[in-house]
Amino acid sequence: MTAAVLPFVTLAFVLGLLLSTYRLVRGPSIPDRILALDTLYMNALALLVLLGIVLDTKLYFEAALVIALLAFVGTVALARFVLRGDIIEPTQ
Amino acid sequence: MSAGIAELPLWADALVATLLVVAAAFALIGSFGLAKLSDFFRRLHGPTKAATLGVGGALLASMLHFGVRDGAVSLHEVLISVFVFFTAPVSGHLLAKAMLHLEGKSIDDLAAPPGTPAERDGPG
Repeated sequence: MTAAVLPFVTLAFVLGLLLSTYRLVRGPSIPDRILALDTLYMNALALLVLLGIVLDTKLYFEAALVIALLAFVGTVALARFVLRGDIIEPTQ
Repeated sequence: MSAGIAELPLWADALVATLLVVAAAFALIGSFGLAKLSDFFRRLHGPTKAATLGVGGALLASMLHFGVRDGAVSLHEVLISVFVFFTAPVSGHLLAKAMLHLEGKSIDDLAAPPGTPAERDGPG
């Protein structure tokens, strides 16, 4: 049953990737692009988990965790750069 | 494509398939909202809620799949989903603050304008 739905599930996540790529390219504002990048990360993470189910291996969980970490750190760093003009502010 | 998938009992297989379909629907709707909606603060809703739930559903399906296959609880997915569910609101909040900053507003400026939300949005 899982094998039967897998093509549709994969298609849905790939469509999600395409839609967020469209927003990433089109913008128009900088936070839009950061948000699109974050969604791109999340869809890629879900696809990687799906690949783990298809190949029946736990190998990809570490990769998925690293993607989740990088997504958060990247989003926070970019949003902070927009907000403050600097990522790590120098102390006085 | 189905050659690599482990044979699970029917109930587990059906539950994994259902979770995957629900997760894919949520992720697709979230991403569609990101592409389609008209304003940044509207677009923010899609990824922060629906797409996060999509990832959570895929992780739940994976947890069930490997849990039934190995006969032991698989904790990798719990770690990932807890992390994703804690960080999504934080990044959403930061992005909203960044957009307000770019628009030259602060949260205190966001007093409700007159009229109901439906009247302000107008047709379409």
